[in-house]
Amino acid sequence: MKPAPFEYYRPETVDEALGLLAEHGSGAKLLAGGQSLVPTMNFRLAQPAVLIDLNALAELEHIEPDGDALRIGAMTRQRQVERSALVAERAPLLHEAVPFIGHPQIRNRGTIGGSIAHADPAAELPVVMLARRARLHVRNRRDARSIPVDEFFTGLFATALGPEEILVDIELPAVPPSTGWAFDEVARRHGDFALVGAAAVVTLDDSGRCRDVRLVFSSVGDGPVLAHEAARQLEGEIPDDAAVRAAAGAAAERDVDPPSDIHASAAYRRQLVRVIGTRVLARAVERARNGSVS
Amino acid sequence: MSQQIPISVNVNGTLYERAVEPRLLLSDFLRHELELTGTHVGCEHGVCGACTVLLDGDAVRSCLLFAVQVDGHGLVTVEGLAPDASSDRLHPLQEAFREAHGLQCGFCTPGFLMTLVAFLEENPHPSEREIREVISGHLCRCTGYQSIVEATKIAARRSA
Repeated sequence: MKPAPFEYYRPETVDEALGLLAEHGSGAKLLAGGQSLVPTMNFRLAQPAVLIDLNALAELEHIEPDGDALRIGAMTRQRQVERSALVAERAPLLHEAVPFIGHPQIRNRGTIGGSIAHADPAAELPVVMLARRARLHVRNRRDARSIPVDEFFTGLFATALGPEEILVDIELPAVPPSTGWAFDEVARRHGDFALVGAAAVVTLDDSGRCRDVRLVFSSVGDGPVLAHEAARQLEGEIPDDAAVRAAAGAAAERDVDPPSDIHASAAYRRQLVRVIGTRVLARAVERARNGSVS
Repeated sequence: MSQQIPISVNVNGTLYERAVEPRLLLSDFLRHELELTGTHVGCEHGVCGACTVLLDGDAVRSCLLFAVQVDGHGLVTVEGLAPDASSDRLHPLQEAFREAHGLQCGFCTPGFLMTLVAFLEENPHPSEREIREVISGHLCRCTGYQSIVEATKIAARRSA
């Protein structure tokens, strides 16, 4: 269990990293926290010829307000996100979700951008990004662009990032008043991969009806899965217990197509979508009524 | 292809300078290059926690880092816990492990100790639930965890 040989670079600036990526092409891999990449290299499932280590890029490690939005640098450690008062205040959904990622030892190294770019369907951060309508800021040697999260996750471990692009910054937009949020997941043991995880963000209008609903699941598809049908059912409605249960039921029946594997059958995952979906929607609605932000 | 990169790293207060191949894992660097074999290697994919060390004070898996990445940084391994290498005195957490039978075969113990030392520093009076949560990233096949939890509580009480 040792990685195959590779050439190693540790650029000091994003520009230098982008230059190296352009130069070495598809044989190069970017090393962020390494908590997913290094195990796959130890198993030799990944054998990159070149490793570009992003850990010296201090310019990508920050958490700061941007107007009413929040900006988080891609190389910010998950542990820093977990401990940030600013994240707790402006992005409590993210704050609630981060402790579910692996273990503290993993979060000490793992980065927010690394997990998003890796796009593991069982991961927590892609789910939160989708629920929170994040914008992913990326760069190549010549250009910068920002990708709405709805276009970012494109398949199993696949994203809209181009071969010469690096994810540099995550933007979480401000949310309207009367918005509530919740994250939960079920795993065999704390820190294991989620059998199913779920995030909900619900905005109510003045009459207490759902104006906007985002319900997202992990581990039930090729990437984070946005429950369109559940949202369509709830929008414009009073989210009482029956409506919330019906919406989570619709998600289980129509929005997800969960896999069967050694950890859980498809039928069990569907049942978890129903149960956890109900739970996060109900908690998000309650927080929305109490005037929280997500 | 055999690129050799010079690194300089402080381990348990001693500065080491070596040239390493990039693919050398930090766990293997500690064991084979520095002969600090207290850091154990279990699964080599970040699941078992046996190889946990402190990197600039934070508990991390040494099997998920390359030695080249710790150039210029500071590490503490289990060899660095006891206050004075020349005496028999142990770190208070190690003492508590001994008293509460927090180990049997001892393979997983260095990893547990490193995680718990960092944890107790940050949270000196943890609840049992918090202790169980923080050790969820470690596998022990002997103790059933109960005596490890007890040892942690003893160490926390003593530091009060």
